[in-house]
Amino acid sequence: MSALIEFKGFNKFFGEHQVLNGIDLSVETGEVIVILGPSGCGKSTLLRCLNGLEVAHSGELRFAGRELLNKTTDWREVRQQIGMVFQSYHLFPHMSVLDNLLLGPLKVQKRPLREAREQALALLERVGLLDKREAFPRQLSGGQQQRIAIIRSLCMNPQVMLFDEVTAALDPEMVKEVLEVIQGLARDGMTLLIVTHEMAFARAVADRIVFMDAGRILEQNPPEIFFTNPQTARAQQFLEKFSYVEALPKKTLAKELEPS
Amino acid sequence: MASSGLELLWVSLPQLGKGAAQTLSISFLSIALSTVGGVLYGVLCSLNSKWLNTLLRVYLELFRAIPVLVWLYLLFFGLPIFFGLSLPSFWCAVLVLSLWGASEVGEVVRGALHSLPRGQREAGLSIGLSGPQLFGYVLLPQALKRMTPPTINVYTRIIKTSSLAVLIGVVDVIKVGQQIIERTYESVLIYGALFLFFFFICYPLSAASRVLERRWTQA
Repeated sequence: MSALIEFKGFNKFFGEHQVLNGIDLSVETGEVIVILGPSGCGKSTLLRCLNGLEVAHSGELRFAGRELLNKTTDWREVRQQIGMVFQSYHLFPHMSVLDNLLLGPLKVQKRPLREAREQALALLERVGLLDKREAFPRQLSGGQQQRIAIIRSLCMNPQVMLFDEVTAALDPEMVKEVLEVIQGLARDGMTLLIVTHEMAFARAVADRIVFMDAGRILEQNPPEIFFTNPQTARAQQFLEKFSYVEALPKKTLAKELEPS
Repeated sequence: MASSGLELLWVSLPQLGKGAAQTLSISFLSIALSTVGGVLYGVLCSLNSKWLNTLLRVYLELFRAIPVLVWLYLLFFGLPIFFGLSLPSFWCAVLVLSLWGASEVGEVVRGALHSLPRGQREAGLSIGLSGPQLFGYVLLPQALKRMTPPTINVYTRIIKTSSLAVLIGVVDVIKVGQQIIERTYESVLIYGALFLFFFFICYPLSAASRVLERRWTQA
């Protein structure tokens, strides 16, 4: 079986600066890929290229056997297959939660209201927000908004979901409720590409970790191998940064309280 | 004086009414066309096409830099000379006011669209919306709040500026007023009536814009 998503020799520039450099990555149906790497390494750009929000410069990108990097690609059609969730949710603030969810199914996919509504309500129930269906985004917490943003994409019945640092803007308390939803999707066998800085989550949910730096993929391994025995020096260094906080010496209270 | 003044107003009413009808039809036609043109201008600006933006910029600057009166003369006297095309003064006024109004409304729409977070556009695209759907369902409804108060302000300016049409021969409410004054010398009375006429057309509009602004900033 051929891969669902396949990048080959994929390059992308912002002006002179090459943000993606010779990306080779293939993703099978049902796989959960977590992309890690320092800020500015190109991981978000990679996701955005897959959704047509950024235009690539050269290389190949295949989705479900179709080449996407040519002029005839109907991105509107592709985007219905590849859902995307953003760091700052981007719900439509002038619409109720239910209208946010139904816009795509009704206007893009022209599905019957009854069926689309039933699906939207079922998804709302699944993420525990059925009682918020008439609310407006500004009345919801960040975590709630992000869960709505996730099911707004799911309402399109996509084959793949892309998550671009979806918990980075959230209070720590709300991170969990969002991650649980994503974990649920992973359990259901959905194909996911996740960019995150939540290391523990990456380890728990990923089938494969893709480690990027400076626009290149340096390493692709199952999480057990990546986290316990990273193959590249850069990945080791990156992981050390994340364990740095835990290794900090504890501040001694007594010293602080000592009268001067 | 008081009774004769009221009498004069009463007998002049049909004549003033005709003038008012001219003023109002020029104004509201221009307002309608300015709105359509302005939204189009704003949307075209936000497409980020280089040559299109240059073109729109030229159009904007031409209507910013050149007084409406000069445009009126240019079209009313210039078109017949240079193109052998003569436009009735009424339509000439509507055309100039609409083009000017569209540039003003257009800048408001452009600014309102520009002020929306970029993510709104991307979120709309990511669920597969087409360009027109993106503007129609996502961007313009959000921009509407920001653009309505300043747009209403442009509307009242169009109504007031429509009085320049007198100078190319439109017999609007002011022209009618002047004719009555020439006959009767009742300038205070007639200009007082014109004052009230414009005030009661424009004031409700600006009041509405204030109410909307207040309501929307609370929400």
